[in-house]
Amino acid sequence: MSLLTAPPQPSLSAADVARIREDFPILAERPHGLPLVFLDSAASSQKPVQVIDSMDDYYRRYHANIHRGVYHISELATEAYDDARAKVAAFIGAPSADECIYVRNATEGLNLVAYSWGRQHVGPGDTIVLTEMEHHSNLVPWQILAKERQARLRFVRVTPEGLLDLDDLDSLLEGAKVFAFTAVSNTLGTVNPVEHLVERAHAAGAIAVVDACQAVPRMPVDVRRWKCDFMAFSAHKMLGPTGIGILWGRSDLLQGMPPFNSGGGMINVVHLESSTYASPPARFEAGTPAIAEAVGLGAAVDYLQAVGMERIHRYEMELAAGALAQLTQESGVTVYGPHMAARTGVISLTVGDIHAHDLATILDSAGICVRAGHHCNQPLMEKLGVPATTRASFYLYNTPSEVDALMAGIRRAKALFKIS
Amino acid sequence: MDELYRDFILDHYRSPRNSGTLENPDATFEDDNPLCGDRIRMDLRIQDGVVSDVRFKGRGCAISQASASLLTEAVKGRALSEVAAIGKDEVLGNVGISISPARLKCALLGLKVLKQALAVKYEPSTEEKAYPDGTPS
Repeated sequence: MSLLTAPPQPSLSAADVARIREDFPILAERPHGLPLVFLDSAASSQKPVQVIDSMDDYYRRYHANIHRGVYHISELATEAYDDARAKVAAFIGAPSADECIYVRNATEGLNLVAYSWGRQHVGPGDTIVLTEMEHHSNLVPWQILAKERQARLRFVRVTPEGLLDLDDLDSLLEGAKVFAFTAVSNTLGTVNPVEHLVERAHAAGAIAVVDACQAVPRMPVDVRRWKCDFMAFSAHKMLGPTGIGILWGRSDLLQGMPPFNSGGGMINVVHLESSTYASPPARFEAGTPAIAEAVGLGAAVDYLQAVGMERIHRYEMELAAGALAQLTQESGVTVYGPHMAARTGVISLTVGDIHAHDLATILDSAGICVRAGHHCNQPLMEKLGVPATTRASFYLYNTPSEVDALMAGIRRAKALFKIS
Repeated sequence: MDELYRDFILDHYRSPRNSGTLENPDATFEDDNPLCGDRIRMDLRIQDGVVSDVRFKGRGCAISQASASLLTEAVKGRALSEVAAIGKDEVLGNVGISISPARLKCALLGLKVLKQALAVKYEPSTEEKAYPDGTPS
C-alpha cells in the first residue's frame, strides 16, 4: 500500500453506537412511555453530556465577560472563547482562527455576507446566482439585497431527481457577483458538487458562498479543498448548543468588509463623531457574545473529532441506504431526492394521500420524532408538487432498529388511513 | 391515534362536504397556517340574514380539512347571529376528538377563515383577530 493512501476508515460498529448513545441523556427519555426515536437531527441535533457539562462548568466555575476583565476568571473565559474558535478553525481547515466569526447561527452568517459584503460590492444590474434548493435563510437575504440594489437574481434549476441542473451553469454565472448555494439540501439530502460549483463561480468572477449547515455536521469539510470564499453553519445541528454558529470567510475579503452590527467590542478608537473598527473577527462580533455557547461548540467539535467525521459520514450513509432500501420497497411511499450516491442521510417522503402533519402525528404517538412541513423550502416544495413532506434524518446516535421503528410507524399510518 | 383518525374524519378528509367555490359570494376569505401550509378558502351566500350556501376549498392535513368540512355543514342554513356565536368549543365538539395543542390551529383554521370572511363583509372596522380562541397567530 502506498504511504500516501490512507486506509479506508471503518464506519461505527453497533458497540460504538451503543457507547455514543450513553453520552446523550435525552435518548433515555420515554415520550408517551415509549423509547425516544429521534430522527430530526437535520433540524437540530441532540447534545452529548460533554457539551452540556462544558457549558455548565463555565457558568459554575469561570463565568465572566471576555476581553474586558484583567482578573483570573475573565482570562479563563477569554481563553475558552478563543480556544473554541481555534478548534472550529482546525475542524473546517481554516488557515486562521481569525477567519471564523461567531454568529448566532448560519442564518445570521449568511445575512452578514449579504449585508456587509453585498452592500459594498453589489450594485444596479448586477447578478446574484442562487439555486432552487436553497433554505429560506440563503434566499431571503439575497432577495432583500437584490431589491435594495436593483440587482437580479438567477437560479440554478433542480432536476426532477433532485439534483442541480448544471447544464447552463456557466451562462447563469456570466457576469455574476455572487454564487450562493447549499452544500447539502436540507430537504432532499442532495450532496452538491461544491468544489465544481466554486470553481465555476470563480471562473465567472463571482465569489462563492456556501451554506454548510447540513454538511459540517455530517461529513468532513475543508474550506481549503472547497476553495470557497464564505461558509456558514450552525452549532446546534452538530451536537453544539443553540444560539451560536460560524461564518468562515477568506481573510482578505473579511479585512475589506464594513461591520454588520456595531457597538462595543468591535472598535479600535471611538470619538463622538467617528470610530475606527477592529480587525476581523472582532469587527463582526459587537457586544457581549454567546460565551457559554462558544465553549459548548468547542466541546461539540472535540466530540465529533474524537469519533471521526469520516466514520460518522459512513455510518450515516449506511443508515440512509438501509432506510431507502426499505422505503422504496414499501407500497404507497414516495421518496424525494436523488439516488444514494448523490445524497446523505436526510430523507423526504410522502405516504399515499396522508398529509405530512398527520403522518408526523401518528409517528409521534410511537415516540418517533420527524419533521413535517415545507422545511423552509417553499419554492422547492412547489417544484416537487407537494405542499409538505415528512423528513427523517439520521445521525451518529441512530440505529438500524430505529429505522425499523420508522417503517413500523409508516405501516401503522397506512393502516389507519386504509392505504394498501 | 385510532381515536384521532376515526373513519368519519377520514371520510370528511377524502370526501369534503360543500367542496368548491361560489360565484360572486357575499362573503369570502382565504387564509393559511404558515407553519403547516394548511390552506382554506371559504365562500358564503347570505340571504335574509341566513347562510343559504357555503363552499370551501383547501389543502392540508386531515384534521384541518375534516374540521372545515364539518364546519360548513354546521353553518349552512343558520342565521348569521348564530354563526357569529360559533366558537372553538362547538367546532371541537363537531370534530369530536381530542386535539393536541400542536394541532389545535389545524382544527380551528376553518373557523378562523369563516370568522374573517364575515368580519370583512360585515365588520370592516374590526381589527383582524388572531385565532378564535385568542391564541396569537
